[in-house]
Amino acid sequence: MQLTGAQALIKSLEQEGVDTIFGLPGGAILPVYDPLIDSTIRHILVRHEQGAGHMAEGYALATGRPGVAMVTSGPGATNIVTPIGNAHMDSTPLVVITGQVATGSIGTDAFQECDITGITMGITKHNFLVQSAQEIPRAVAAAFHLATTGRPGPVLIDVPKDVTQSMMDWWYPTTIEELDLPGYRPEIPLDDDAVARAADLIARSERPVLYVGGGTLKSHAAKELLAFAERTKMPVVTTLMARGAFPDSHVQHLGMPGMHGMYTAVTAIQRCDLLISLGARFDDRVTGKISAFAPDAKVVHVDIDKAEFNKVRRADVSIRANVASVLRALDDRGAVPRNLDAWWTDIDSWRERFPLVYDEPTSDGPLRPQHVIEAIAASAAPGTIVSAGVGQHQMWASQFWKFEEPGTWVNSGGAGTMGFGVPAAIGAKVGRPDRTVWCIDGDGCFQMTAQELVTARSEGIPIKVAILNNAYLGMVRQWQEMFYEERYSEVYLNADLPDYVKWAEAMGCVGLRARNLKEMHEVIEQANRINDVPVVIDFRTDSSEKVFPMVAAGASNDDIMVHPLQRGAVR
Amino acid sequence: MSATPEPFLGTVSHTPVRHHILSVLVENKAGVLARIAGLFARRGFNIYSLAVAPAEGNARFSRVTIVVDAESAPLEQIVGQLDKLVNVVQITDLAPKDALERELLIATVAVDDANRAALLDTVASAGASIVDVDSNSVTVMLAGTPGACDHIEKTLESFAQVELHRTGRVALPRLGRTASA
Repeated sequence: MQLTGAQALIKSLEQEGVDTIFGLPGGAILPVYDPLIDSTIRHILVRHEQGAGHMAEGYALATGRPGVAMVTSGPGATNIVTPIGNAHMDSTPLVVITGQVATGSIGTDAFQECDITGITMGITKHNFLVQSAQEIPRAVAAAFHLATTGRPGPVLIDVPKDVTQSMMDWWYPTTIEELDLPGYRPEIPLDDDAVARAADLIARSERPVLYVGGGTLKSHAAKELLAFAERTKMPVVTTLMARGAFPDSHVQHLGMPGMHGMYTAVTAIQRCDLLISLGARFDDRVTGKISAFAPDAKVVHVDIDKAEFNKVRRADVSIRANVASVLRALDDRGAVPRNLDAWWTDIDSWRERFPLVYDEPTSDGPLRPQHVIEAIAASAAPGTIVSAGVGQHQMWASQFWKFEEPGTWVNSGGAGTMGFGVPAAIGAKVGRPDRTVWCIDGDGCFQMTAQELVTARSEGIPIKVAILNNAYLGMVRQWQEMFYEERYSEVYLNADLPDYVKWAEAMGCVGLRARNLKEMHEVIEQANRINDVPVVIDFRTDSSEKVFPMVAAGASNDDIMVHPLQRGAVR
Repeated sequence: MSATPEPFLGTVSHTPVRHHILSVLVENKAGVLARIAGLFARRGFNIYSLAVAPAEGNARFSRVTIVVDAESAPLEQIVGQLDKLVNVVQITDLAPKDALERELLIATVAVDDANRAALLDTVASAGASIVDVDSNSVTVMLAGTPGACDHIEKTLESFAQVELHRTGRVALPRLGRTASA
């Protein structure tokens, strides 16, 4: 069967089971948009290419399937660089297709030409510049294989215009060998010896902690984690990237560790004698000052990526494998720690003395952002998916929302990309239309990508957006207050400009506003009743509110600052 | 890692004390060298020298011999990150004591009647050869250990140098020793 390269590209995506592409056409990708009309694949037309990338990420994080975005060459391609970098930091499976100028024009500074494979070399797992139409199926199949196996990540396919316009004989790879990836070996046999040594460390430990990272979600190991944790009775912490991997309602869950982690989670790590890292990477936001991190702990490091071993913290046992397979192997060995009663007594006393707290809300406002999140959560349907931008609101969302299952927390961790929340929520809702999707956003973040609500309205994607509007770039303001003598430099945004309600309405959404407690409850109730169009709520929150607990950048986790209400409490 | 510094002749050394030789088999595809160089740059790993050529009898692969500075980053990190490049097929790590290293040096020096004999002595004692001459200059070549190249480079400093090039080293495991892959 003879096809054009463009037809082959669409047919290849169909072969990979793609149901949705987030994209925006332009000159160099134009040929591919023609056969798209005849395809069963849904295309979501975004208003900015960055939106396409974050939507594809939101789709991937909510479904566990790779997100797909397609854009044109030049500025179309550079506009999606931020989402690619974001997906790279968070190991999110993404396949990004970019148009490229014709092969004969490459290198001539042609109109809308840019070297996108060069630009994204350091922020993709791999990328391809396809040289002929005949090679398109192999490139697509290889891209999906690379994006979804081993440590997942973004893969970019750059397709010159003449390649999509020329003819090819249809074929599709059916074996891994045909992908022609001689250097790619994502999985190796499980090292039984290392598992045995890990089991031995577990058997000798008295104060273990399971340090659960995003790799646990990526390897779909939530079930194995629950079984392992309940059998061994070990306390569990879930990093920002792993929220939802272990139920927040579970008595063994101490919450999130790190810079804005729970006091108990942070302190348990500091005092533990065995730290079992499951798909986590000892990020600086978790470790604080590395030389003071978990000083008495032996470390078992489980990761699919061997380059993570000994990168930050030297491991006593490192096991290169999928988290689920290691947990099953440890279960098979029946490794159990010693009696943990004394350890749990310590942990429970920290939990009792240092729960998450915030100041009492006042009835006439301004609202407490933490209270707004709790109020939304209280009336949200079970299984609601929450996305966030980056900053204070993100930390509060992670702290105060209770996550019970994988795929319900969609956020930008490693890169910290402001503006992630709205488009990611849209992508999540497209992937999981059965779920309610709330975006907990900040006013600064919202202004970066809000135009995608036009996409949401026109494509019939009814997400709900809660703007915690404190009129500031809140996290920067918090640092300036605490570490720069309250010298506020370029952080004021103005709560009334833009008018978020009018803006929402102009984009075809329902716009609501809440200034006090009564309005807060009313608008949440109203938003819950609207399921056909996107809803945006402008919650007016207290500008001076800060995120606690907090470990200052570069400080030891032992120097965790608790909420002012708890400052007198005995540690 | 306990890399034993390689003994070398002379006082010139371009090699960090704790260097390692990575012999890297890569797919012969466009941009592979850029991927390797970019990885080293963004991770802050230092490359001391790099040599690339088609791999033994196979147009599909090339061999890249990289001398890395094991002071700039732990070797385990360098190898681990390098191995993640999809186009990298195999990495053989050679500690200097286990490696047979060779490098090519060519240099053109200005000579006159007063120092021509001294140059010929230098060439003879270093085991180098003369590959080109004209009325007032001589081109010298040495294929030898990096230490021997260092040595002749130092010796040639006493002559007026027109140009000096070194290729960067290639290496194979010494026979009877094992390299770690």
